[in-house]
Amino acid sequence: MQALTNRSKEVSRKPISFLESLYLPAIFKGMAITFSHMFKKQPTIHYPEQKRPFSPVFRGLHVLNRDEEGRERCTACGLCAVACPAEAITMEAAERMPGEENKYREEKYAARYEINMLRCIFCGLCEEACPKDAIYLSETFAPANFTRKGFIYGKSDLLIPDPKTEPEAYAKALGKGEKTTASTTN
Amino acid sequence: MSEQPLLKVTIDNITIEVPAGTTILNAARKIGGEVAPPAMCYYSKLQGSGGKCRTCLVEVSKGSEKDPRPMPKLVASCRTTVMDGMEVKNITSPKVLDARAGVVEFLLINHPLDCPICDQAGECHLQDLSYEHGSEGTRFEFQKRVFKKHDLGPYIQLHMTRCILCYRCVFTADQLTNKREHGVLDRGDHAEIATFIEKNLDNDFIGNVIDVCPVGALTDKTFRFKNRVWFLKPMNAHRDCPNCSGKVTLWNRGDEVFRVTARKDEWGEVENTEDGKTAWICNTCRFDKKKTSDWVIEGPREINRHSVISQGHYAGKIGTTQPKETFTAVHDGRQPKLLMDIHSVSEVNRPNIELSLINGPAHSADFNKKND
Repeated sequence: MQALTNRSKEVSRKPISFLESLYLPAIFKGMAITFSHMFKKQPTIHYPEQKRPFSPVFRGLHVLNRDEEGRERCTACGLCAVACPAEAITMEAAERMPGEENKYREEKYAARYEINMLRCIFCGLCEEACPKDAIYLSETFAPANFTRKGFIYGKSDLLIPDPKTEPEAYAKALGKGEKTTASTTN
Repeated sequence: MSEQPLLKVTIDNITIEVPAGTTILNAARKIGGEVAPPAMCYYSKLQGSGGKCRTCLVEVSKGSEKDPRPMPKLVASCRTTVMDGMEVKNITSPKVLDARAGVVEFLLINHPLDCPICDQAGECHLQDLSYEHGSEGTRFEFQKRVFKKHDLGPYIQLHMTRCILCYRCVFTADQLTNKREHGVLDRGDHAEIATFIEKNLDNDFIGNVIDVCPVGALTDKTFRFKNRVWFLKPMNAHRDCPNCSGKVTLWNRGDEVFRVTARKDEWGEVENTEDGKTAWICNTCRFDKKKTSDWVIEGPREINRHSVISQGHYAGKIGTTQPKETFTAVHDGRQPKLLMDIHSVSEVNRPNIELSLINGPAHSADFNKKND
């Protein structure tokens, strides 16, 4: 049969020599390669203790933002929902009542806000569409869950902690103190 | 009366013949498309409207066949009638586009730009106009005007800061209702739409001021904050109304009627019925008939595909019929083992909260009701 390329080599069918049949040189050669890796730099990290820094453009789980006084920024304008290519966002709006000025920034607010994380493709178009700086994609993954029900994120799951009433949780959510391993080589 | 001769007028190099007495704007609307100048205050169905906002300015480069001199200044096309042989430049004239950009800047000077909250967003003429002609920034660095809030009753919500003082609602109240109870008070920067003193607007047919308002200054209080217009399905519908034509557009979510408006044509004006009358609708139709059973639904309304309202609308009957569960048919009669009904989890659109039946905007109390 004619070879397809001129690079093909004929397989050697010779019986192996005595030295080769001992296998020991080949084993030591392989061991040498394995042990040499002990002195090289580790590409892996110990994940839960150490974390890699996220890329600045990383798009993770959504958060609903509050302003400095802890009022919700979202006014349920629906631009995130209309921008969403996966149709994952739904909401219902309500009017702010007198006495609720410390909870909502504007006279209209989202009484219900839901993101279906099963549908979400984390494209970040909602973040780009938002005129009120209300929705951001954070540097967190959507955690795994046993049921699908756990992936319908309501307002209680999305809103960031209130900097006024729960400052500790807010500081923790900011993630300032957390260490990340800056040892990414690639 | 003898047949009147038709006058030849050329607008943006397109010639059309119109009867004498036609305004340039109406002649341009006959041609249609981009040639028609935008209009914020002119409303062809209201007598005396126009001439206030200056968005419809055009350049007349040739006065007429007999007097071919160009007009010295840009003219308001809604108030200038055509002459034989007139040549008009609208979008072909850089002067006009420049002037229009200036007009938009003036209109936006006191506009609060609260489109994310405003119920008119998506069908607002000022939004369209500034999108097309406006600049992206503002040069205005002072306080915008603010007003004391007036309550106009249970049907109509007034946001005076958004008003551009087009006077359309004043003409509507004059020409459609028994007695006009609102008007423009004060003058200059203090001019405002209000009643004197604090009255409810509840004349029959007064709801039409909502439809004629080019911005979000007068909006429907029964629809306030209920939903964004582009998430609703506009459907043509009618009912046997003793007061009005009863031909309306329903804005539905699912089977719920969220809002009732008159049918609007491509210029954003209320359409005519077959007998040539304008299909204004009465307050009963607009505010009180919020059930599907009140209406005979004719079918989905055609929406310009460039409008945001057409998002999620497809050709034909898609979206107007209830989708069926096809799982068992596709899988040889097998039932799904794991199926999540989104409504068993989702807090949005709960069956015990009928947003459309709440009079006025929903509040936290409506949403915090115990779920059954």
